[in-house]
Amino acid sequence: MRGEVLDLEIVSDAIKGDRRAIARVLSSLENRSLLLDQIKMEFPSIFSQPGQESWSSIAITGAPGVGKSCLIDKVLIEWASKGIKTALLAIDPSSPRTGGALLGDRVRITAIDNEEYKDLIYIRSIATRKSSGSAPVIVSDMVEFLSAIGWQRVIIETVGSGQSEVRCAAITDRIVVVEGPARGDGVQAEKAGLLELADAVIVNKSDISGASQHASEIRESFELGLGQTPPIILTSAVSGDGIKEASSILLKLEDTGRSKRAKWRERLLAEYERKILESDKLEEILENLAIGSMSIEDALKVLGDD
Amino acid sequence: MELVRYLVFRGPFNSPNNAKIVKIRGVFLGGRHFEDSMSDPLRIVVAKPGLDGHDRGAKVVARTLRDAGHEVIYTGLRRTAQQIVETVRDEDARFLGLSSLSGAHNHLFPKVCELLVKEGLDDVVVFGGGIIPFEDRDLLFSCGMKAIFGPGTPTAEILDFIVKACEISDAGVGQNGEWHWDSSA
Repeated sequence: MRGEVLDLEIVSDAIKGDRRAIARVLSSLENRSLLLDQIKMEFPSIFSQPGQESWSSIAITGAPGVGKSCLIDKVLIEWASKGIKTALLAIDPSSPRTGGALLGDRVRITAIDNEEYKDLIYIRSIATRKSSGSAPVIVSDMVEFLSAIGWQRVIIETVGSGQSEVRCAAITDRIVVVEGPARGDGVQAEKAGLLELADAVIVNKSDISGASQHASEIRESFELGLGQTPPIILTSAVSGDGIKEASSILLKLEDTGRSKRAKWRERLLAEYERKILESDKLEEILENLAIGSMSIEDALKVLGDD
Repeated sequence: MELVRYLVFRGPFNSPNNAKIVKIRGVFLGGRHFEDSMSDPLRIVVAKPGLDGHDRGAKVVARTLRDAGHEVIYTGLRRTAQQIVETVRDEDARFLGLSSLSGAHNHLFPKVCELLVKEGLDDVVVFGGGIIPFEDRDLLFSCGMKAIFGPGTPTAEILDFIVKACEISDAGVGQNGEWHWDSSA
């Protein structure tokens, strides 16, 4: 059964900073063979240290190919040069057919090859596994653990597309949306979606024409709406333009307080989905649904009784 | 007509309740079906050590492992032994596949094995592939590698190796186990 074995020694090694132990604990959290609540029960002190920063996790999200990985690579270097310990959880999709995944984000992240900074950077590739919705919630346990053991910032690089990225973004303290030039006309910026949740917008590939115009369109769109306009930053991960500025803005990013309700809505949905996926009755319910001996309404009722 | 075969897949921690009946479709490429197995996927790093810039083989192997339901972390080209070992450590991988086509395998593969043991990652199972003559392989096995796959190896054989290695308790690079896989190519 889940969550029965708690290997205290590995957890305490991880707290001391042993990288292999950290990796093992994250795997156990991911496999649900260890629950965050168990760690909290055994090591309450690490979760309530005075002087801990008010926020730690930041989601970097955006469409596929806008340059999230390359941008994160540069930000990792900038933060490491300031002595900030940063963990990166890079999420890639699992195949819905076979459950396998090819996790290729490390190919583009070269920051960790830097001898001087490698102790300040931890990179972990994560597959979305069974459901796109459950991954984010387990990631939130990983984030909480990493923050508790002294990683000052945890970056979550989301999958390039789909509803899951909103979900995943919603579990973090701050959300950064990466955009690129040639992403449609001004109307695209007006459309509702992920941008509404952004605490900062980065328009990457500023070396390509149209980027600054796209940034203005996004700014206009925000200014038409209610609330504070988040920082909108032009960068080029290729030439390095704007990277320094973006890194220091992201490090001290304020919560714009925009769409608090929308964020909580996503969190609630993610938690509810997790509740369903972790239910002991799930297998039985799916079996019954598949052979037609149970209706969706009955299934919801059974799940709701948990 | 679709060929379907069944085999018993043992989960990563070798416990009896992780044993699952897994349906593998097709002749070469296996598919571990979601509904068939609740066991956790294996995490496998596929790495290219040294200066060799050819990664078609590594990509084919990575793809095969992915299609068999595993989580494959690909490192990209031109990694040092140290970088590969750190990747295995940080990703908590249980298997490491090394690919070399440059002829430098007798230097690079033992180096990776040595560093893995030094870092305390002695339970990681290491296998290799590429242009590796049969006469070089005994040296690599003596370093703790458990299989070497040459050109022409059916991808299904690599999956069979993975299943077999999961069943053997001392297949790790630093565990001095007797067993190694005899590949067909």
